[in-house]
Amino acid sequence: MDQPQTIKYYQTGTFTVGNRLLSEDQRSVQSGMERTNSLNSGHRACQGCGEALGARYAIDAAMRATGNKVICVNATGCLEVFSTPYPETSWQVPWIHSLFGNAAAVASGVAAAQRALGRDDVRVIAQGGDGGTTDIGFGCLSGMFERNDDVLYICYDNEAYMNTGVQRSSATPPAARTATTPALGPEPGNVFGTGKNVPLIAMAHRIPYVATASVANLRDLEAKVTRAMQIRGARYLHIFVPCPLGWGSASEDTIRLARLAVESGLYPLFEARHGKVTSRTTIRRPVPVTDYLKLQKRFAHLFGKAPDTVRIAQIQRMADQNIADFGLIE
Amino acid sequence: MDKPFAITLDPGSSLANKTGAWRTLRPLYVDRLPPCNHACPAGENIQGWLFHAESGDYEQAWRVLVEDNPLPAIMGRVCYHPCETSCNRGQLDEAVGINSVERFLGDEAIKRGWAFVPPSAESGKRVLVVGAGPSGLSAAYHLRRLGHAVTIKEAGPLAGGMMRFGIPKYRLPRDVLDAEVARIVAMGVKLEVNAKVANIADTMAAGGFDAAFLAVGAHIGKRAFIPAGEAARILDAVSVLRDMEGEEKPLLGRRVVVYGGGNTALDVARTAKRMGATEAIIVYRRTREKMPAHESELQEALEEGVLVKWLTTIRKVTDGGSLIVEKMVLDAKGFPQPTGETEELQADSLVLALGQDVDLALLEGVPGLEVKDGVVQVRANMMTGAPGIFAGGDMVPSERTVTVAVGHGKKAARHIDAWLNGTTYSPRPKHELAGIDKMNTWYYADAPKTVRPQIELARRTDTFDEVVHGLDETNALFEARRCLSCGNCFECDNCYGVCPDNAVIKLGPGKRFEFNLDYCKGCGICVSECPCGAIKMVPEPT
Ligand SMILES: Cc1cc2nc3c(=O)[nH]c(=O)nc-3n(C[C@H](O)[C@H](O)[C@H](O)COP(=O)(O)OP(=O)(O)OC[C@H]3O[C@@H](n4cnc5c(N)ncnc54)[C@H](O)[C@@H]3O)c2cc1C
Ligand SMILES: Cc1ncc(C[n+]2csc(CCOP(=O)(O)OP(=O)(O)O)c2C)c(N)n1
Ligand code: SF4
Ligand code: SF4
Ligand code: SF4
Repeated sequence: MDQPQTIKYYQTGTFTVGNRLLSEDQRSVQSGMERTNSLNSGHRACQGCGEALGARYAIDAAMRATGNKVICVNATGCLEVFSTPYPETSWQVPWIHSLFGNAAAVASGVAAAQRALGRDDVRVIAQGGDGGTTDIGFGCLSGMFERNDDVLYICYDNEAYMNTGVQRSSATPPAARTATTPALGPEPGNVFGTGKNVPLIAMAHRIPYVATASVANLRDLEAKVTRAMQIRGARYLHIFVPCPLGWGSASEDTIRLARLAVESGLYPLFEARHGKVTSRTTIRRPVPVTDYLKLQKRFAHLFGKAPDTVRIAQIQRMADQNIADFGLIE
Repeated sequence: MDKPFAITLDPGSSLANKTGAWRTLRPLYVDRLPPCNHACPAGENIQGWLFHAESGDYEQAWRVLVEDNPLPAIMGRVCYHPCETSCNRGQLDEAVGINSVERFLGDEAIKRGWAFVPPSAESGKRVLVVGAGPSGLSAAYHLRRLGHAVTIKEAGPLAGGMMRFGIPKYRLPRDVLDAEVARIVAMGVKLEVNAKVANIADTMAAGGFDAAFLAVGAHIGKRAFIPAGEAARILDAVSVLRDMEGEEKPLLGRRVVVYGGGNTALDVARTAKRMGATEAIIVYRRTREKMPAHESELQEALEEGVLVKWLTTIRKVTDGGSLIVEKMVLDAKGFPQPTGETEELQADSLVLALGQDVDLALLEGVPGLEVKDGVVQVRANMMTGAPGIFAGGDMVPSERTVTVAVGHGKKAARHIDAWLNGTTYSPRPKHELAGIDKMNTWYYADAPKTVRPQIELARRTDTFDEVVHGLDETNALFEARRCLSCGNCFECDNCYGVCPDNAVIKLGPGKRFEFNLDYCKGCGICVSECPCGAIKMVPEPT
């Protein structure tokens, strides 16, 4: 829809943040000098934090889409810890910290309060990490979906409980080493066949809007947030945010990793309305999963002198399955 | 700035927390040398002028271009474009059509009458330029820009050198050449034609010149010893092509054989075809791979029906006017060796295209001058062994192309200027090369090269109309925008957008960016996501 596919500035295509040759209406929020910087400088996220990036992209876009009328509810997790060590805050939006598990419920309450006040211009966003979303806050989230509360819930998925020292979550990928799934024994790392796919679960609630996004595709992410803010009712956005510390990756590789996750098929980008997939972003330059895995120490035990070809092949099959299921290659 | 809705925070904001203190490396905006600029013999700032062309500002693009090369419309037709051979985009899909955009700009300048700006002040020095070929014209232009009074003495009736008396019209229309020469003259360069310099020392003394630049080219066709009868019609390529410019066209006949394998051989053969020869055969001693002529020109010649006999040499011309040719084989080192196997070829004329020698008569008696292998030796500053006498182009050791000649002219002008001022010129140190390893090519859209149209074959072989046409405004713009802007920021805003710490300050259109080192944690994302390699990480100063 408003993804500017028609832009043909060949130095950039649609892939860079901006370009001096673009007209005002084709510019991304992030290229604007007037962007909110919702999550401001001085926050204490690690070098190269994907979650800090994802949160600014998303909330800045929501601010533009709503004429700056956004209230954020934040679960406990990295995003809260690095942005608001009391009494200091990085947030340039009204922001409430709830508990680890109840952001969705608190956001539903804020939305109800707005309704009671007769304000339909102020929009509510709940946000949290994958631990707070897929595990601890899952009940509240499902309730919010089921009641179709007018909230956009954003999950910043860094694939583990990062803020408390990299423990496994139900979004941790198989074979990944975390503090609770060490690279030891006959089946090192996180086991295969467990975990949850919350975007698909959200779709099963048949809510108006579900989408996945990534910090590697900024224009796509902004377009999805914009679209979500044009819809009323329960909405869910799952954003892929690499974590240099937890993944053991180089801080400069954050966006590259997010890109490789998409291009390998491990992280499909799609949108769904009322439970049906309505669009997907096809893979532009396909890569094998090893390109992605090798840049991360959490998968180092798969490589080394005798590569674990069985597990690598299993992960490749997951990627291939996504490619087939979502039609990621034309 | 108005605060967004319900914002109250200022005191207690995280801005008090200077996270830049965490940094061990810091990003630095740099300009790297694009491989195209690096490969251009005329030292053009290609990425620099494409940058303006991309926004549709063709005049500014042209002005940046002519800072280094005053002949863009000519270059856009005859330059063999080594820039494109080294263009980074060639490793993605196809090289940027630099040469076609250059031609577009050159033609646009002629069409719109863009003129050079005369110098703002006169230096009071007088410089003599001998020869109005590309090298002489380029030197004259640059010397004039530096404020010197320049006189070009040219032996021929018109300026241009080999561009006029060698390169055929179907590759370089003469009105284009005339327009670019006229623009240089309009700047205040004095051009004297039919003014052959017989002795350089005398001419300098007589004219009161403070320095001279020699660019007399290489015009004497090389001969090979071929036994021939009385009646044999043996011509040399340079004379044939030169005569094409005069009233009396050379008589070549219906069956023309050309001996040689360079661009000149192709030009003569293609010219012969256009003059009505039913057959134009090139006889070359080696194979196609070993041919020094450029592939594109060979291709065009073959399309036009020029035939080539590979691995063949000419042994003698019989009295009856036929040629005895011998088959050759390449030895292990790639040298052609005779086989003894011969054959007879009918020919009305044989044109030798075996290279050119330099006529050095004007240098007779100049002390200090050094000639080796038939060419004049120059130092790194283009000065000959005689103080104040500089030389360039085909008459000095180098590759013989128009662009190299233009480059020599520019380089010599800078050194002559320094010499006249009693100083030395030292060029700015070159930036580090922007190789493909410095780029993040993910960000560039796929865009195939725009090909220049050619006139149809039928018209190509019987007229001297220009074979290759130019781009029009829309596809010139498309082509310019295919440039990756290697090593130089093109304001894509990526660094500004991808910094997790908002530590990049956008300064506004045309002003690029700055780092806010109070908050930059030194993660390096801006560096790895800059498409064109315009940022690098450097150690934090201690
Ligand atoms: C047939 C042919 C085709 C070519 N095609 C191409 C091509 O497509 N692309 C390319 O890059 N290169 C091409 N070249 C090579 C290119 O033309 C030369 O390398 C280039 O012109 C050399 O420039 P110059 O200024 O050194 O000398 P020239 O262009 O040879 O100019 C020298 C000038 O000096 C004058 N002169 C000589 N002696 C005196 C004197 N004593 N006093 C006064 N004036 C004098 C001459 O009349 C001439 O005008 C071609 C060459 C030939 C022969
Ligand atoms: C009920 C409860 N259990 C445990 C905690 C401790 N805790 C705080 S944040 C956190 C992990 C957060 O992980 P995630 O939600 O994935 O966010 P991230 O830090 O990775 O962004 C934990 C376990 C808590 N605050 N409340
Ligand atoms: S892409 Fe542009 S800057 Fe890079 S080498 Fe090619 S023409 Fe030069
Ligand atoms: S992305 Fe930001 S924090 Fe990282 S090095 Fe660049 S300016 Fe510094
Ligand atoms: S990322 Fe874009 S805007 Fe930033 S330096 Fe590189 S080219 Fe310029």
